[in-house]
Amino acid sequence: MFESLTDKLDGIFRKLKGRGSLDEENIQSALKEIRMALLEADVNFRVVRDFIEDIRKRAVGQEVFDSITPGQQVVKIVHDRLTELMGGVSSRLKFGSRFPAPIMLVGLQGCGKTTTAVKLARLVAAQGKRVYLVSADVYRPAAMEQLKVLGGKIGAGIFAAAGLQDPIEICVQAVEEARRNGYEVIVVDTAGRLAIDAQMMDELKRIKAQINPSEILFVADAMTGQDAVNVAGRFDEQLGIDGVIMTKMDGDARGGAALSLKAVIGKPIKFVGVGEKIEALEVFHPERMASRILGMGDVLTLVEKARATVDEKEARDLEKKIRKNEFTLDDFRNQLTQIRKMGSLQDILGMIPGMKKIKALKEMTPDEGELVKVTAIIDSMTAKERRNHLIIDGSRRKRIARGSGTQIQDVNRLLKNYTEMRKMMKRMTKGGIKSLRRGNFFF
Amino acid sequence: MGQDNDNKGFFDRLKAGLAKTRKLLLTDVDDIILGSKEIDRALFEELEEALIVADVGPAFTGELIESLKEKVRRKELGSPEILRKVLRETMREILLKNEAPLKIPPDQIYTIMVVGVNGTGKTTTIGKLAHQLKGEGHEVMLVAADTFRAAAVEQLEAWAKRAEVPLIRQAPNADPAAVVYDALRSAKAGRPGVVIIDTAGRLHTKVNLMEELKKMRRIMGRELPGAPHEVLLVLDATTGQNAVVQARMFRDEIGVTGLILTKLDGTAKGGVVVRIARELNIPLRYIGVGEQVDDLRPFRAGEFVEALFAQNGR
Repeated sequence: MFESLTDKLDGIFRKLKGRGSLDEENIQSALKEIRMALLEADVNFRVVRDFIEDIRKRAVGQEVFDSITPGQQVVKIVHDRLTELMGGVSSRLKFGSRFPAPIMLVGLQGCGKTTTAVKLARLVAAQGKRVYLVSADVYRPAAMEQLKVLGGKIGAGIFAAAGLQDPIEICVQAVEEARRNGYEVIVVDTAGRLAIDAQMMDELKRIKAQINPSEILFVADAMTGQDAVNVAGRFDEQLGIDGVIMTKMDGDARGGAALSLKAVIGKPIKFVGVGEKIEALEVFHPERMASRILGMGDVLTLVEKARATVDEKEARDLEKKIRKNEFTLDDFRNQLTQIRKMGSLQDILGMIPGMKKIKALKEMTPDEGELVKVTAIIDSMTAKERRNHLIIDGSRRKRIARGSGTQIQDVNRLLKNYTEMRKMMKRMTKGGIKSLRRGNFFF
Repeated sequence: MGQDNDNKGFFDRLKAGLAKTRKLLLTDVDDIILGSKEIDRALFEELEEALIVADVGPAFTGELIESLKEKVRRKELGSPEILRKVLRETMREILLKNEAPLKIPPDQIYTIMVVGVNGTGKTTTIGKLAHQLKGEGHEVMLVAADTFRAAAVEQLEAWAKRAEVPLIRQAPNADPAAVVYDALRSAKAGRPGVVIIDTAGRLHTKVNLMEELKKMRRIMGRELPGAPHEVLLVLDATTGQNAVVQARMFRDEIGVTGLILTKLDGTAKGGVVVRIARELNIPLRYIGVGEQVDDLRPFRAGEFVEALFAQNGR
C-alpha cells in the first residue's frame, strides 16, 4: 500500500531495461498503474482519461536510457506533464487600479472560506496594503462573528453589518465604507452553500454585479473527491473564476482535485492553505503538487521547513560540542525541540520519498507523545544533572520520574538512549562530521 | 420550515434528498444497464466510470467489476438487468452489515462526542440531532468543546437556542477537556439525558490535536464510567478517497463508534462510504440530506441503495 508509484513502475519495466524505446505495448501496464495512482488521488475520471492519453503519446517512442530505470523515466514524464498542467501562470493577485480592489471568495460550505479570507487579508497586508474585510454570510450562525474575531487578530478593518440582512446591501456598503476610509483592498467572504443551489448562485452573481471584483477566487478543499469538477464547473460557468485557493493541504489527502480544477476552470491555483494558523497560506508550487498527487513525497517542502527552523549558527555550535564530546542533555532537548518546531514527525517523515513504503513506519517513528515525555523528563532535571548525566543515580532518577510525571523506566530509557547517542557521535566525529549539519537529526 | 415535508413518507423524502445523487450516479448506472441490450466491454467500462465518479474508489471499483465479469464468464449473469440487481445487492449487503441506527437508552446520562476534520458540518449536525432528540422526548444538553475555532461557540449557541436546550460553555481558548469535565459534572447534578459534545475540527494527521481528543475521552471516562457512550465521526460526502484514511485514523486513535455522512444533498455521491463500510466496519448512523432540521436521517442501507439505484423520473 505504501509502495510508491516509482517502485511499481520499476517493477513493471524491469524486464525491458536497455531494450531500445518505449512502445505502445510495454507502457500499457505502466499507464494502468499511473491511472490507478491518479484515481486514488481523486483526480476526476475524465481528466485522468485525457491525461493518460496525453502521456501515452509523449512516452511512446522515447528511448529507454541505461542511466535511469524506465520506471523513473515514465514517472518523470508524468511528473513534468502534471507540473506543466497545474502551473505556468503567476499566482500574483490582480488588484486593478480601483480603490478599494475587491477580492471575492466563493466556494462550498466547510471548504474554509472564512479562515482563508483572513489569511489572504494578512498576506495582502504584508505587502503593505491597507485591507478591509467583510462577511456577506448572513446564513451560518456566527459566521460574521468568526470573521470579526480572526480579522481582529491581524488588525484589518472589518465591516460591521449592524442590522443589515441583505448580503448584496452588506457588500455594497462595505465597499463604500472601505473607500471612505482609504482601504486599498477589500476581501469579501461569501456564504457557502451547495453549487446546485440556484438561489445562492444568484446571490453571488448579484454581489459580483454590484461590486465588480478584481478577482473572484474559488476556495476548494484538497480532500474533495470526484465531485470537484461539477462544483468548480458550476461556479466558473456562473461567476467566472479567476483563480483557486486549495485549503487543508496540511492533511494527507493526495489532492488530485487540484488537477481536476485546473482542467475544468483553466485558471491558476494561486495559494494553498497549510495549517490552522493565520500565517498558514502559501504560494502554490505545481511541482510539489505533482509529487504529492503521485504519492512521491514532498522533499522540497521538507528542505524548506528544515531551513526555516534550523539555525545555521546553532548547528555549528552543536557541531563543536559534539566534536568535544560535550553534547549534554540540554543539547539533546534542544534538538528535540527543533524537530518539533518543524511539525509533527509523521508529517516530516511523510515528506521523505521512500518513507511511505516502510510498512512499520508507525513503530519506527518516535511518537510525538514520547517526545513530550522526554522533554518533560529533561526539564525535571537540575542544571547540574543536565550538564553531567553521570551523577544521576537511583534516587535522582526516582525524583526526576516523580517530577515529570513519568515512570522510572522512562527515565532509564532516556538516559540509555542519550548515552548511546553520545557513543554514536563519538564514532561519527572520527568519521567526519559533515553529515550532522543542517537538518540531519539523530533519530 | 420543513412542515410541508410532513405528509410525505420518509422514503420519499430520502429520495428527494438524494435526487441529485441519484441523477448523477445511479440513473447513470441504470441508464447504462437498461439502455444496452447485451453485456459487452463498453457496458463494463461505463459502469466503472459511474462507480469511480461516485467516489467508490478505483481499487474497489475494479474488484466489483471483476467479480461481475467473472459471474458473466461463468454464465451466472445473462442480462444487464440481472447484472444491475447483483451490483445493487452487493453494495446493499456491504452497507447493511453496518446499518445501525443510534439507540439511546432512557433514564441515564448518555454522552455523545462528535468528531471530524474541519468543515464537515459537525456543529450543524449537532444542532439537528439535538432538535430531533429533544422532539423525541430526551433531555438534551449541548457542550461547546470547540474552543479553538473563532465563533464556534456562538454558532452552537444559536443551535441550542433554536432547539431550546441548555449549552455548557467556557471562555474562548479554554481547555476543551475542562469544558467536558464541567459538562459532565453538571449533567450528573441534573436530570439524566443526552449530552452532545461538539469538538473542534481537526485533520487526522495532527498528532497533538488527536492527543487532545484522547485526553477529553479519558476525562469523560473518569468522570462517568462508560463515557463517551458514542463517538460519532462526521464525514463530508464531497470528500474523496481520503475519507477512508480519516475514518481509519479516527477509529484507531479515538475509537469511533458511528458515522454520519453529511452534504448528500449536493452533487457529491458519497460512494466512499461503501468502501469505509467494507474496509473498516464502522456502524453507519445518520445521513445529512439538507439544511433543514429534519434533514438528518437515520442511515438505512436498503433505502440508501434503493434511492441511489432508483430509476429516472421517480
